[in-house]
This record gives sequence, structure tokens and C-alpha cells, in this order.
Amino acid sequence: MTWDVALILVTDGLANGAVYLLAGLGLVLIFSVTRVVFVPFGDIAAFTALTLAAFETGRVPPTIGLVATLALLAMATEIGSLLRRREAARIPKAVLMWGVLPALPCLLAWMVARPGIPVAVHIAVAVLLVVPIAPLLARVVFQPIADASVLVLLIVSLALHFLLSGLGLLFFGPEGSRTTPLTDAMFTLSDGFTVSGQVVLMVGAAIVLSGLFFLVFERTVAGKALRATAVNRVGARLVGIRPVRTALLAYGCASLLAGLIGVLIAPVTTMYYDSGFIIGLKAFVAAIIGGLVSYPMTAVGALAVGVVESFASFWSGALKDVIVFSLLIPVLMLRSFMVTHAEEEEDEVDQ
Amino acid sequence: MKSLMQTLTRGALAAALTACGVASALAADLKVGLSVSLSGPNSSLGVPYAKGMQAALAYKPEINGRKVQLIVLDDGSDPTTAGRNARKLIEEEKVDVLMGTSGVPAAIAMAQVGKEAKTPMIGLTPILLDPNENPWVMTVAQPTQLMIDAVVERMKRNNVKTVGYIGFSDAWGDLVYDALIKAAPAAGIKVVSNERYARADASVTGQVLKIVALRPDAVMTGGAGTPGALPFLALAERGFKGGVYGQHGLINPDFVRVVGAAGQNALMPTGPVIVAEQLPDGYPTKKIAMDFRAAFQKVNNAPTSDAFSAYSFDGWLVFADAASRAMKKAEPGTPEFRVALRDAIFSTKEVVGTHGVYTFKPGSLYGVDERARVIVKLDNGQWKLAP
Repeated sequence: MTWDVALILVTDGLANGAVYLLAGLGLVLIFSVTRVVFVPFGDIAAFTALTLAAFETGRVPPTIGLVATLALLAMATEIGSLLRRREAARIPKAVLMWGVLPALPCLLAWMVARPGIPVAVHIAVAVLLVVPIAPLLARVVFQPIADASVLVLLIVSLALHFLLSGLGLLFFGPEGSRTTPLTDAMFTLSDGFTVSGQVVLMVGAAIVLSGLFFLVFERTVAGKALRATAVNRVGARLVGIRPVRTALLAYGCASLLAGLIGVLIAPVTTMYYDSGFIIGLKAFVAAIIGGLVSYPMTAVGALAVGVVESFASFWSGALKDVIVFSLLIPVLMLRSFMVTHAEEEEDEVDQ
Repeated sequence: MKSLMQTLTRGALAAALTACGVASALAADLKVGLSVSLSGPNSSLGVPYAKGMQAALAYKPEINGRKVQLIVLDDGSDPTTAGRNARKLIEEEKVDVLMGTSGVPAAIAMAQVGKEAKTPMIGLTPILLDPNENPWVMTVAQPTQLMIDAVVERMKRNNVKTVGYIGFSDAWGDLVYDALIKAAPAAGIKVVSNERYARADASVTGQVLKIVALRPDAVMTGGAGTPGALPFLALAERGFKGGVYGQHGLINPDFVRVVGAAGQNALMPTGPVIVAEQLPDGYPTKKIAMDFRAAFQKVNNAPTSDAFSAYSFDGWLVFADAASRAMKKAEPGTPEFRVALRDAIFSTKEVVGTHGVYTFKPGSLYGVDERARVIVKLDNGQWKLAP
């Protein structure tokens, strides 16, 4: 292996790592606030990419149908629970929140689904369109079982992934898509070593978004509420934070992150209806390196996963994924030696 | 009262039996049972197969004045369902011949049922079976070796001395690699790498870097469909200047869409039907291929863009030729007819189809020769014949 090859592999790895970083941040955010390992995260990213591809070919993206169906389900769930609690007066607000609000991006997407619209608009609408998916799924599926054990939540989330990828196959078909690059720029750093603008964009987006993340958590009330819920749900409730609301906020943020990931990777990899799973899985390895709580460690883990994957594909393409997932074993062993298990799975709500 | 009931039941039974008899006497049509993947992951191939078969039915709806009835079942891309479909087609519909399907394992499952029930099966995919073990099955698809031989010949003509290989880490990647390894030494070509990737992989930069570092004259890819575009994109990104060769698994409009400019000038083998209008006038399959285009357009109201619907069409032509001969020996719908049909298919001589000219012999699974392949070049998103 020459230095040139190593450098190319490192850049490729960092570009992939940046994607895993964003996905890892989303996973940690949702897990710390709601204790759900949100497996369908990657599916949402894949849906964004395929939505964008549909826009590019001038088709109406089938994601509209998905969001509209989910909105109807969420509205029905909300109205049902309001009626059970005899709070019929709040139904109009529920309709507005769960029906009208998610329908807006659908309408927007339907309007811009034609050639001649600037790419930037298509990208913005594609991201907007997927933002309601995670909160709507959370309202329908996770909110009624919010106090269940982590294992139950994980199983439900896994089932949800299979449901979504099945719907993805139905909506988008089995063949993959690739979108035109966001930028054609090429930076020649030395002889035979160039970095494409798309890679710079991916790494840059990861840095900027993690910076924003940090600022939101440190400086805003919403961010502090998220942190408080993550630290202790009951405690947060006692000081007037609504866990349901913070959970929805977390799902919304994660959905937004997934949308951005989809837009960033659609031009560099061929996205299929089920490509999201493998991205989610690798981000999960990164999140595990961060213990599913630490954002900086997740970031380090994500970059490590990306670089290891890139080098593994050079040494043995067929065993690439084996090598990446084998990373989990030493990390988990090391973590279990180092961390003292204090209060694992202590369900204070039930006590 | 009891006797009245008995009389009534007997009367009804008798009537039903007579009706059945009349029906079977009337419906002595030929029956073709098709099982394809209309849903599931293989549906991108299965749907064209079914459309091609409808075109074939419209093109040749009668054989020796007898109508042909086509029964289509969906196997959902699942070999178990394909086997069950085959049993259903044979036992309930009493078909004379089985045809299918888009996946090789599913086609093998169908052939197994065909063998048990002594019903001939015309496969539409490159089935891998021992013909001596199952003398009821043959296929209209080209064997992989025949296609790869054409690629190697072309490499030799282009003065390629070393070739790097990158393909799927599955059975398809193995098949292409084995065929390449078998054909290359005779042409004086050295295969320098055997890189693999998974269909779901996002990037093959690592593998491609390794190949580029070995500086081969050309690269052969062993992928299929949209994931098959990955090596082309990565090689273009690394500025690889040598030729890139593909194989018939890539002849698919979705591949062309995804590979974009990176696939420019890529060479690959395919059945001549893909470039029918560019073939010289004397080419044996040109006329029938143009007829097929017209029939497909008329039935499906859309042009053909794939090779799969043409396999269905060829399967039908082989069946029609064999059935017209078998009908002289036995009546359709009987076990004797199925044996006669099998023997007739295995004595098929020079039946001209869209993909090639078919000659089947007992003990051979495939019936095509060099006329069933051409080399095409991808030029600005269009397949161009590369003579």
C-alpha cells in the first residue's frame, strides 16, 4: 500500500464516517430521550434519497402517500385517545397538529414534483417531506408503549423497520437510484490525489451539524429540556418538562438529520429501498462505541467505523462488513470492564 | 323422502359428470402454465417475462388450428411458491408444459415438480441442473460460458493482456469469474485480481484502488442490475483508462440510468434482440426480433427495453414448434402428449428465436450457439452493436 492509496482510503472513510456520525447522533439523541433504539432511522434517510431521485426524474414521489397515511393513522390515534379521556374539545387542535401540519409538506412536494424547479427547492422539499415521518411513527407506535422495557421498544422498532422497508419496496420498486452531485468541484491536493467537492460537503455538513447540536444542547431551553429528559424522565417531569413533547422534539430532530443524510449520500452511493438498514447498523456500531449516551464518543466511533470499513474493503472486499461488525466485540468487552453498572433498567415510573 | 334425495343427488352428480365430460372434450386446447415473479425482489425481471409471454400469445395464439390457453401464476420471488405453483398448474390446470421463472433457484424448484409429474418444462433463465438427472427440462437462456467466451474473444482482439476482475460476492460473481478463468488462458490473457463486493455495498473504492494499483489492461465486472454499476462508477472516479467489460446481467434500463456517463464505451455481450434494428439484414434472428418488437408494442402499448421479455417469446416459439409436431402423435391434455412434447422439444432443430437459433438434443440443457450473442457498447445511454 502506497501513501497515495492510504490517503484516498482515509478520505473515502472519512466521507462515510461523516454519514455514520450524523446517523449516530440521531440514534443517540432518540435513545437518550426515549430509550428507543430507532432502527428505522436509516430507512428515513433512504426515503429522502429516493424522494429526491423521484423529483429529478419528474415523478411525484411516493413518499407523499406514506406521510399522508401515517398522518391519518396518527390523527386517528390522537382523536381516539382524546375521546377515551373525554377531552373532545381538544380534537380540532389534534386535527391541526397531526393532520394538517404533516399534510403541508405533502402538498408542497406535490406542487414541486415537475421538471424545471431549481435543485435547491427539490432538496429542501425532500427533507421537509420526511421530517414528519419519525414523529408520526412515534405517535402511532411508540407513545402508547413509552414506559415499556428497552427490549420491547427495540423489538417494536425492528418490526417497524421491516414494515417501512417493505413499504419502500412497494413504493419505490426494487431498483436503486442515484442523484446528480450537489457540486462538481474537485480539489487537487497533490499529484494523483484529489478530493471531490461532494466529500468536502459531507464532512463539512457533519462538522457544522454537530456544532449546531452542541449549541442547541448548551444554549437553548429545548436543548436543555432534551438533556434533562435524557438524564432522568421522572425528574424532568417534576420540573415541568413534558416527556411526550421532548420525545417528539427528539424524533423530529432525528428525522431532520436522516433527511440531510439522505440528501448528502444520494449522489455518491446508489440508494435502494433497503439501503438505510446497513447505514443505521453501522451508525449503531458507532453509537455503541459511545455507549449510546456520549455524543463525542459516538462521533469518534463513527469516523473509526468509516475508516476501518474503507481499509477493510481494500484488504478483503468480501469480508468488509465482517471486519466492521467485529469491532463491536472488543469495544463491548472493554466497556463492560471499564463501566460500573449502576442503575441499569431501573423503571422509576412503575415504582 | 330419502329415496327422493338420493335420486336428486344422483341426478345432479350425473349431470355434473356429463358437463365435465363435455367441457373436457371442448377444451382440448393446449395449455401453457407460466409461473413468474410478479411481486417481490425479482419482480423487475418477472414483470417483463409475463409481458413478453402475453406478446407471444398474441403473436401465435393457435398451433395447428388449436387454441393455446396461457395460465399465469405469481410466485412472489419465492422458490417454495414457485414449486407449489408448478404443482397447482399440473394437477389443477392440467397444463401441457411449464414455463418460468425469474430466479434460478425457483426455476429449479419448478423443474423438480415437472420431473415428478412427467411434464416438460421450458426454463427462461440459465438453470443449473444435470440434464441426465432431469430429462424433462431445458432452457432458452444462453449459458454463461458462451457469453463470457465472447467477452474474452473481444478482449483478445483489443490486445488485452492482463485483466482485473471485480464482481458480486455471491453465486453470480462466482459464475462469471469461473467462466472468465476458464476462457482467459487460451486467449493469452492473465486474470490478475478477484475482488468481490456485496449487492448492498455503498462503495467499492477500496477494491477498485487495489485493481488500479495492479495496472491491468482492462477490468471485467461480474455484477447485475443497478448494483452492477458500482465498479464502473468507482473506476471512472479513479480515472481508469483501460477498457471496462460487463456481461449480460447488466443489460437493463435501470443499470443504464444509474451508471450514467461512467458506463460510456463499456462493452458487454447480450442476445441479439437488444440491438435488433442495428443487425445486418442477413442476420438469422433479425426478422423475428422485429416481429417480436411489434407484437410487444401492440400488446403492452410500450416499447421493449429489456432482454427478459424476449426469453418468454422464445420459450413460446420453441413450444409452438414442438407442440405442432407432438400433436401428430397424441392428443393434448394427456400424459402421452406430454411425453411426445418432451421428445419433440429435445429434437428441436434450428428454430429461429429472438435471442438465437435453438437446437435441442437429449441430454443438453441449452440449445443456443454463437448466433445467440453479440457484443454491444454503451454509447450515450444507448446500446450500440459493436461488430
